[in-house]
Amino acid sequence: MKNWLSPKSMTGIALIAIALIVLPHVVGMGGQAWVRILNFAILYVFLALGLNIVVGFAGLLDLGYIAFYAVGAYCWALLASPHFGLHFPVWAILPIGALMACVFGVLLGSPTLKLRGDYLAIVTLGFGEIIRIFLNNLNSPVNITNGPQGITLIDPVKIGDFSFAGTSQVFGMTMTGPEKYYYLLVALALLVIIINVRLQHSRIGRAWQAIREDEIAAKAVGINTRNIKLLAFAMGASFGGIAGGIFSAMQGFVSPESFSLIESIMVLAMVVLGGMGHIPGVILGAVLLTFLPEVLRYAVTPVQMALFGKILVDPESLRMLVFGLALVLVMRFKPAGLWPSPERSRELSEKPVEAVK
Amino acid sequence: MDIFLQQIINGLVQGSIYALVALGYTMVYGIMGLINFAHGEVVMIGALISITVTSTLAAAGMPLGLAGLFGLVAAMLTCMALGWSLERIAYRPLRGSPRLTPLITAIGMSIVLQNLAMIFWGRNYMTFPPLLPKVNFEFAGTHFTLVQVVIVLLSAALMAGLVFLVYRTKLGMAMRATAQNPAVASLMGVNINRVIASAFVIGSALAAVAGVMVGSYYEIAHYQMGFMLGLKAFTAAVLGGIGNLAGAMAGGILLGIIEALGAGYIGDFTGGFLGSHYQDIFAFIVLIVVLMFKPSGLFGEKTGDRA
Repeated sequence: MKNWLSPKSMTGIALIAIALIVLPHVVGMGGQAWVRILNFAILYVFLALGLNIVVGFAGLLDLGYIAFYAVGAYCWALLASPHFGLHFPVWAILPIGALMACVFGVLLGSPTLKLRGDYLAIVTLGFGEIIRIFLNNLNSPVNITNGPQGITLIDPVKIGDFSFAGTSQVFGMTMTGPEKYYYLLVALALLVIIINVRLQHSRIGRAWQAIREDEIAAKAVGINTRNIKLLAFAMGASFGGIAGGIFSAMQGFVSPESFSLIESIMVLAMVVLGGMGHIPGVILGAVLLTFLPEVLRYAVTPVQMALFGKILVDPESLRMLVFGLALVLVMRFKPAGLWPSPERSRELSEKPVEAVK
Repeated sequence: MDIFLQQIINGLVQGSIYALVALGYTMVYGIMGLINFAHGEVVMIGALISITVTSTLAAAGMPLGLAGLFGLVAAMLTCMALGWSLERIAYRPLRGSPRLTPLITAIGMSIVLQNLAMIFWGRNYMTFPPLLPKVNFEFAGTHFTLVQVVIVLLSAALMAGLVFLVYRTKLGMAMRATAQNPAVASLMGVNINRVIASAFVIGSALAAVAGVMVGSYYEIAHYQMGFMLGLKAFTAAVLGGIGNLAGAMAGGILLGIIEALGAGYIGDFTGGFLGSHYQDIFAFIVLIVVLMFKPSGLFGEKTGDRA
């Protein structure tokens, strides 16, 4: 264990803290839209870390992860909006959302424990689609989710009388809504990161890794693989649930469209592209993949104008085209991800026999 | 009873298309253990190419049937080239890397192909020219069209051809050997690279035919049509036991029929509580239930310990 109180690491921590505090103001110079994107990046860090528990630590391929995000988001939306006339306080809804997501995690996990690899992938994918289709259609005969129109006018996060939405004075400083959410999200993200780091090196974390490497051997050394796998699903799901709750409070609006399969795939891409099972890598992946499409959105039109003098191809499709190519290229040249864990890259570089060439 | 038969027929048609696409997934998976997420996009490219070629030739004065045939051949050739290049450029360099790496590459390629198609063909739905005359048949109270008959017969013929190829030719033997153990197969003189490339090429040719079928069945095509179709076909392949040819065919047809019956009867089952827009749920629920009892699909052999 590193000594956290040594002068060197203290300086590092202080620098990171200053950077995190200043960041929204720097990014905000380009407009509040960028602060909002920054907030989404942090939400995706939540999601990617949650999925990393399932995929990275325990080695269970989950393609329906966004379902838990949806459960959390709809929990908040239903318990704090005029839709049912309920307005629960934040410290009640967030735990409820996390718990509901956790229940769904176990619900998904328990019938699929026997499945391996890609069979598990397709079942989780189906599960995600089932949740989305239900959200889309549960507006009749009893209107629960308001169908494809979604739920509007959702309460923002409020602690006491302090609301995180809208511009207000905080400690004598004027802060916009996105900036306030940013600080809330950073605080939560730090907590989530600490939990993840501690989990990874705990007894449970090592049990997950054992299952990932060899399930039969893990069973043989006395790990209760069933419970430990369920725990991975449940914990990953509850992180997704919390992220979903904040998403819905931040947006003030949820609809089933936000929870399509492509979102699950994006979160998985963040985990794999960053470096599966390695927490700093996963964070990097989430931040990069949130910002890349947004930066491209602003970059493709001027670049085309500069190169050809006119807009040759639709900027929206060009942006996604570049994004897809970036995924392919990163995987081509960094197969273990951009920032893999040291052990993992060592394993990969010492391949004993090349089986297939 | 008439509705029941009618839904079985509709399901059979849809299922044959699923089966053709599922074969592409299952061949690639069986040989190299990769879920080729871009396979659905190959179907889409096939459909769009055949529209362009057919309508260009028809506009130049060629009879529609012949133009359609040229369109089909052009789609097959393009998709075969596409499948080959996908394998060569995107997947081959990744052999031996962590298991999820090629999956992300496949997703990236799927995004790339979809957006390339949008750049070339635009965002709008394209109407598919009617390749076959609209002839209706009636049998035991059910109705079906010539297009439906051709789809079922052509898929059956293609599947029979594939089975012949895999079980009766030298290439097929090489494929089966590679699927069992690539290292040993290559020691026995099998050219692994050629086998894998040919699995991609054959799968893509089938996908092109499936694309033309979907297009002429629903009479529209669109740059996003491949994704959901690919997903369903992949579900079908898993349902039958992925890596298994017979499983992919049975899974595809089963899935088509379950969906059609589900759409027709879900309202009756639930007393009107769930409507036919829950159709897509059916496929997935059946999948989950089947895998709970048979974890490697209906016809799959027990898979190894891979996560």
